Amino acid sequence: MKALRKYLDKIKPQFQKGGKFEKLHSTFDAFETFLFVPDKTTFRGSHIRDSIDMKRTMSIVVIALLPALLFGIWNVGHQHFLSLGEMAPFWNKVGFGLLKVLPIIIVSYATGLAIEFIFAQIRHHEVNEGFLVSGMLIPLVLPPDLPLWMVALATAFAVIIGKEVFGGTGMNILNPALTARAFLFFAYPAQMSGDKVWIADKADAFSGATPLAEATAGIESGVVHFTHSFQEMFLGLIPGSIGETSTLAILIGALILVFTGIGSLRIMLSVIAGGIFMGGILNIFGANAYMDVPFYYHLVIGGFAFGTVFMATDPVTAAQTNKGKIIYGFLIGLMAVLIRVLNPAYPEGMMLAILLMNVFAPLIDHYVVEANIKRRLKRMKPAKA
Amino acid sequence: MHKSKYLSKSIPLPTKTRLSVITRIMPKTIKLTKGLDIRLKGAAEKKIEQLAPSHFAMKPTDFTGVFPRLQVKEGDTVKAGTPVFIDKYRENLVFTSPVSGKIAEIKRGDKRVLLEIRIEADGRNERLDFGAADPGTLSREQLVEKMLVSGVWPVIRQRPYGIVANPDHTPKAVHISAFDTAPLAPDYDFIVNGQGRHFQTGLDVLAKLSNGKVNMNISSKTRAAEFTSVRNADINTFSGPHPAGNVGVQIHHIDPINKGDVVWFAGVQDVITIGKLFNEGTYDASIVAALAGSEVKKPQYYRTMRSAAISGMVEGNVNPGEQRYISGNVLTGMAIRPDNYLGFYDTMVTVIPEGNYHEFIGWALPGFGKFSFSRAFFSWLTPGKEYKLDTNLHGGERAYVMTGQFEKVLPMDIYPLQLIKAILAEDIDLMENLGIYEVEPEDFALCEFIDTSKTEIQSIVRKGLEIMRKEMS
Repeated sequence: MKALRKYLDKIKPQFQKGGKFEKLHSTFDAFETFLFVPDKTTFRGSHIRDSIDMKRTMSIVVIALLPALLFGIWNVGHQHFLSLGEMAPFWNKVGFGLLKVLPIIIVSYATGLAIEFIFAQIRHHEVNEGFLVSGMLIPLVLPPDLPLWMVALATAFAVIIGKEVFGGTGMNILNPALTARAFLFFAYPAQMSGDKVWIADKADAFSGATPLAEATAGIESGVVHFTHSFQEMFLGLIPGSIGETSTLAILIGALILVFTGIGSLRIMLSVIAGGIFMGGILNIFGANAYMDVPFYYHLVIGGFAFGTVFMATDPVTAAQTNKGKIIYGFLIGLMAVLIRVLNPAYPEGMMLAILLMNVFAPLIDHYVVEANIKRRLKRMKPAKA
Repeated sequence: MHKSKYLSKSIPLPTKTRLSVITRIMPKTIKLTKGLDIRLKGAAEKKIEQLAPSHFAMKPTDFTGVFPRLQVKEGDTVKAGTPVFIDKYRENLVFTSPVSGKIAEIKRGDKRVLLEIRIEADGRNERLDFGAADPGTLSREQLVEKMLVSGVWPVIRQRPYGIVANPDHTPKAVHISAFDTAPLAPDYDFIVNGQGRHFQTGLDVLAKLSNGKVNMNISSKTRAAEFTSVRNADINTFSGPHPAGNVGVQIHHIDPINKGDVVWFAGVQDVITIGKLFNEGTYDASIVAALAGSEVKKPQYYRTMRSAAISGMVEGNVNPGEQRYISGNVLTGMAIRPDNYLGFYDTMVTVIPEGNYHEFIGWALPGFGKFSFSRAFFSWLTPGKEYKLDTNLHGGERAYVMTGQFEKVLPMDIYPLQLIKAILAEDIDLMENLGIYEVEPEDFALCEFIDTSKTEIQSIVRKGLEIMRKEMS
């Protein structure tokens, strides 16, 4: 490692101001700090600092995503062979899944990081680590058969319009990964909805409908017929976006996030509470077949679980106050189920609910903070009198 | 029937009832749960070594908001209590020499800013006599006057802003924190031992200055009778992790500062200094300071003096290598050189290793030995471990991304991130509304410590307070 360090120290001046590669300063810095934690020290204020930094934080989130990713890779293969009616060994399923999923991940990271590096250089910033997570989230919320150019386009849109125009990581209003998904949903609906896209290289005869679609279809037909059992849905043995099918794998990720203190349990629980609340109310009314679907099904179908754990908890776009987080989360759960059941044109209510509440999060915080200000002013009055 | 009987002033309560009422009210403990105790290696052993420091430096920069005007020149001889500089805008604020000797050097920085007035002690330790007096027999004006001319006054500071108290103000209350929860902080139960008489006299003076209450804020672990059986003060008990010992946190829970309020505070040894002035008639600048930290060979307590050189404590007592010397604790202290001086208000010196090294993929390692408030490193497996932390920042500065973290270490009804952002935006109304008058940089020290984005939160808070002070004056 000493040789590597020596080499970096040797070439470093060329990337600094006045050097040959001055324009690549941010890029050099990103690679240098990736390899070595900087030697910067405190000089005033707190002389000691917590070991945690943004790189560690973001890599924990990526680790938390791994169970969902690994299951997703297997499930892409599993669903494919299932639709063909073939029995395939475990490694064949994984192999097929890798062939489908890896290119999407590579395209997502390559596109996004390239744009991040360019913006960091223009702004003379260090490269932010936020995209390490976004770059993984984007593939996991996409259908496995999506053309790669669409992945690239959506990623570019999300990073530039969703994030960089607002000032970069930490300043964006909408969750970048969901921005990418929403962009595709509205720009290329044929590739993002219907029964054909959720299983890679599906046999034509096979239905391939997701539980979400089956539930929506129940409104027309008068009866919801799920191909899969609740247990299968929970385990994730269903067609769907790459990483969102297995509630179990997502729960493992949730445990990692909550235990390390990086994901907000407050948000996760309130989203679930909101979903159960709305699902329960619809159950009581039961005006059509979808309304009669037991409320707990909502938690395991579609992107509800994935959105709850990995999207709603994005600290930048969520509410920032503790009380605000509870309101924000509850409304996400509530809106997600509401949109799913009452507005069947948009079967994936979770995505829209989170994006909607992303927009409202600052308003929620405003009222929470306003209450604190009022408390402070009220305290003052008796002193004046 | 009974109610009216007890309410009536003319009929005293039966003695037994009265006592039980008192004991029921007195030991109310304010339990704080938010915060963080950082367990560091190198706590000071409870023994005191006598020092006779020969070099001193008064640093006007120790006193926020003071514009110094010199009263001495190089070569002058001074005694303990001789004025060295005054505040240009509040001329009755006099800062006097802690020791008898000679003005050795006047050190200025950029734009001729006065940095240090160095004094060489003559070893005779002569003190000007301001006359011992019973504070009970003096008027408030006489008390103030005696403290001002002797240079003892600056030990009293005010909130908001953390500046030297204005003698023309009458504060809403006075607060004394009798315990320090910062990492490796000195134990005041130990320091106050044998100083009870001076401490009580100091409290008597403060009680008379404030017209209000003197709050004696102790920890649930405080045992020293010098603290628990004081007169002329209300005792408030606190329990919980750091920053429970911060006077700002205590004020917030007892009687918070509103706009326009002035609250005074002083440290335990500051109160003792006041007490000595009245009991003995002189400015006695001696204090007990702790020397602690992982790089100290024999961490212990020293009887030294305010503004004295730390060389007597650290020479030959620190491990070789590049070290950070801090006047104060690791969270809020000032970085100094080993031949520098103790800050006026500081009661400890900490020595920790410098962290100017590169760590290969440090952010990706399991991190069994890496201290973190989060559980992102495997150090959560060893919760009781004492750590040797260095000055490495452990990362690069970023925009604020994480939320809900600062709230976990700030036991106040204040929105920390929102207040920080209001300061960065220099939004005066919002800062005021979000409670800037209630805080000091030290209250945000833990926020700075745990900050994933590696920003300098204490400097930001200081900047906000300076903006407010200029706006209000």
